[in-house]
Amino acid sequence: MELLFEKSVKGRKSHILPACDVELVKPSDSFKRVQELKLPELSENDVSRHYSALERRTYGVNNGFYPLGSCTMKYNPRINEVAASLPGFTEIHPLQPEHTVQGSLEVLNLAEKYLCEITGMDAMTFQPAAGAHGELTGIMLFKKYHEANGDAKRRSIIVPDSAHGTNPATAVMAGMKVVNINSGEDGCVDLDQLRAAVGEDTAGLMLTNPNTLGIFEKDILEITKIVHDAGGLVYYDGANLNAIMGVIRPGDMGFDCVHLNLHKTFATPHGGGGPGSGAVGCKSFLAGFLPKPHIVAEADAFKQVYDCPDSIGKVKSFNGNFLVVLRALTYIITLGREGIAEGAENAVLNANYLMKKLSTCYQVVNKGICMHEFVLTMEKEAKESHVTAMDIAKALLDNGIHPPTVYFPLIVPEALMVEPTETEGKEMLDKAAEVFISIYQEGMKDTAGIHQKPVTTVIGRPDEVKAARNPVLRYQP
Amino acid sequence: MGDYLSSTASQRQEMLKEIGLSSMEELYAQVPGPLILQNGPDLPEGKAELEVHETVRQMADKNHVFPVIFRGAGAYRHYIPAIVDTVVTKETFLTAYTPYQAEISQGILQSIFEYQTMICELTGMSASNASVYDGATAAAEAVAMCRERKRTKALISAAAHPDVIETVRTYCWSAGSEMELIPVKDGRTDLSALENMLDETTACVYIAQPNYYGILEETEKAGEIAHAKGAKYIMGVNPIAASILKTPGECGADVAVGEGQPLGLHLGFGGPYLGFMAAASAMIRKLPGRIVGETVDAKGNRAYVLTLQAREQHIRREKASSNICSNQALCAMAASVYMTSMGPGGMQEAAYQCMSKAHYLARELEKIGFSPAYEGEFFHEFVTKSPVDVQMLMEHLEENGILGGLPTSSGILWCTTEMNHKEDMDRLIRLIREVVK
Repeated sequence: MELLFEKSVKGRKSHILPACDVELVKPSDSFKRVQELKLPELSENDVSRHYSALERRTYGVNNGFYPLGSCTMKYNPRINEVAASLPGFTEIHPLQPEHTVQGSLEVLNLAEKYLCEITGMDAMTFQPAAGAHGELTGIMLFKKYHEANGDAKRRSIIVPDSAHGTNPATAVMAGMKVVNINSGEDGCVDLDQLRAAVGEDTAGLMLTNPNTLGIFEKDILEITKIVHDAGGLVYYDGANLNAIMGVIRPGDMGFDCVHLNLHKTFATPHGGGGPGSGAVGCKSFLAGFLPKPHIVAEADAFKQVYDCPDSIGKVKSFNGNFLVVLRALTYIITLGREGIAEGAENAVLNANYLMKKLSTCYQVVNKGICMHEFVLTMEKEAKESHVTAMDIAKALLDNGIHPPTVYFPLIVPEALMVEPTETEGKEMLDKAAEVFISIYQEGMKDTAGIHQKPVTTVIGRPDEVKAARNPVLRYQP
Repeated sequence: MGDYLSSTASQRQEMLKEIGLSSMEELYAQVPGPLILQNGPDLPEGKAELEVHETVRQMADKNHVFPVIFRGAGAYRHYIPAIVDTVVTKETFLTAYTPYQAEISQGILQSIFEYQTMICELTGMSASNASVYDGATAAAEAVAMCRERKRTKALISAAAHPDVIETVRTYCWSAGSEMELIPVKDGRTDLSALENMLDETTACVYIAQPNYYGILEETEKAGEIAHAKGAKYIMGVNPIAASILKTPGECGADVAVGEGQPLGLHLGFGGPYLGFMAAASAMIRKLPGRIVGETVDAKGNRAYVLTLQAREQHIRREKASSNICSNQALCAMAASVYMTSMGPGGMQEAAYQCMSKAHYLARELEKIGFSPAYEGEFFHEFVTKSPVDVQMLMEHLEENGILGGLPTSSGILWCTTEMNHKEDMDRLIRLIREVVK
């Protein structure tokens, strides 16, 4: 398909702006751009058709099943979009006087109140724009806390080998040393390893629970106690909160700080990669370190408090991805007390149901009940028949199903990580199970054939090595 | 109560039975009992969609939408062509994930490739990433890109946006590296002070064009000064202004960053916005975040993929160049649609109108005693002193539906865009006269 630049016709344009109604002023020569501005020149009809064609070459939750592990690709309710398109929200300047933005401040205050209740935290910031940004903010809180205690030597963050890649990358951005610990045989934190890893340099532990194998860390109270006893803090990576929202709270497990991926658990859309929102909640003893300003509800009005002497400062301009937070709040208002927990329970039910169906054919890593996701391994098939997790993923593309997350968690060879979410019905799960199984059976029969998949998509398997070796990162005529 | 579940109660029973359980509670059997919330979270009852709509509507109504805005300071009300929101609200773009599966994601991947190309054209740089969170975090990430083993200090213009300064300060503290502010003289970065501050520990210099006060900086000279002492040069640019001003590429920048909100994104009380980042060719592999590259598939068809992933957290973990994972992809798409529908002529027309109107307003304000705080050439923002109480003035404007300039410690920071008609500006002047007399 042609690029916008290839469709461009010199002199073609849309008429957007009226003529200038004041005397024209241009920058003086020393400031003037010399290089010609080569943007596409197209009519509105051209633009409309171009993006409609691109849309047809994209796969969204609206197109079908999306069991992408750890990404929680649940249905994104459209009322949330309606809320985020109200002019009373979209047309508000971030630096308007406080009394003219009471509605926006109420949104942030309510979202904080509800999400603190769901996570068992005492305060929350919405400045972080994404999960990784939230992690960084959270680890900055830890750093500031230890500094404030005169304990700046605490510069190690413990990360299990099953963790998301953002965890170790985050710790380094916060000037921390990463201490990796191996998981036990059951895929959970090995308590002895943890005990051996903590010490006087421990700033904290980063953990997701349920973990990336979809297993609830049953020793969680002991885990958080070990870290606390050593003087460290415990960080909850909220990527997997969907399994437990409204049922179990990170705060009750002993976590000191959490980030939420509002674009996962709270149903805001992923937008092809973003924008998300990485809200960060913490216990009261860390609240003074949160980014400023903090929104406070006073008797007559909501206030933005900038006088936060212990704050880590700002991590982003203005108030974070406000319209994303608004979508998440709309979702929570819709579901309410029962709906939130029911969502989690059905996410777990769907995962177990699909896992059971697939276990007749695939090697399942999980033993017993899983949480919101489970992991399959193609280790044996890859070794014996050269049919890999990637082959299964690519064959699914021909069958209208988005593949699970592949090759993650890293502790499972040839992993396929499946997260169906609660918004899929039984029929879809039955159908998906049939597809997964038939692909497996056909693939094992015709091992050469499965390496050629997909065959029905607009392109076949791309040459990724070429892309990285000779990077072509922009159009050149 | 609203929910978005599909299986009926009886289907759920069937499913439970299939997995050998008899109740939903048993799904959490492995969780220590005391951790289970007995009565659920303390939240209000759920609502039906109609009630939800009313509830959020009521909150929106508690905000005040100003029909006329003369305030910018990092967030700008520009005209957004109708096609922009039409495209970015398409369900598939809205709900797709990061395009890991290239075969079914060519639409998103191509749109990012096109976005990267437009950012390169706008900034005159060699390569762009697929976006970061906003202008402030883009600046902070750019500073991190420039840090070397022995060169760790960042020099940031004190005339940069306060949120940029604050965010870079936070990130530098976090990473354990130094940051210093380059002083401002007459509303401009003091380049002779910069010369004295540079030393062999300086990693980079950041200058905003135009700066927070709207003044145009001597960006070429700043780059020469930075490079003469071996430091990298980061330019933060307003993307509308960039269409008519000397590009970061022309000024010798190593990294160009900026807040992309003016490119078709709503004010939205501060977000989501768009951080754009582009680098000179030598710095490409230090760019953080997603980057899309062109390649071919097995049959030789042109194809797009996420590339250079060896920089990224999911591959490199603690050795990654940044932890960024989710970005602002849909906002980047809005920016592409904006730039395409405006076209090169439309972008530049918008820039000239912004600048022309600001100069008209500055002249009219000066006539009634609001003298400019600084002398330098400016783009679409400028600072004036006020002969009257600023608070009183702003309240009077607000009563008349106008959001006036931003009160700052150096004066009132005014902004105009193509949205501010001459008659609005004349009315603004009339209203101010009522306070001045």
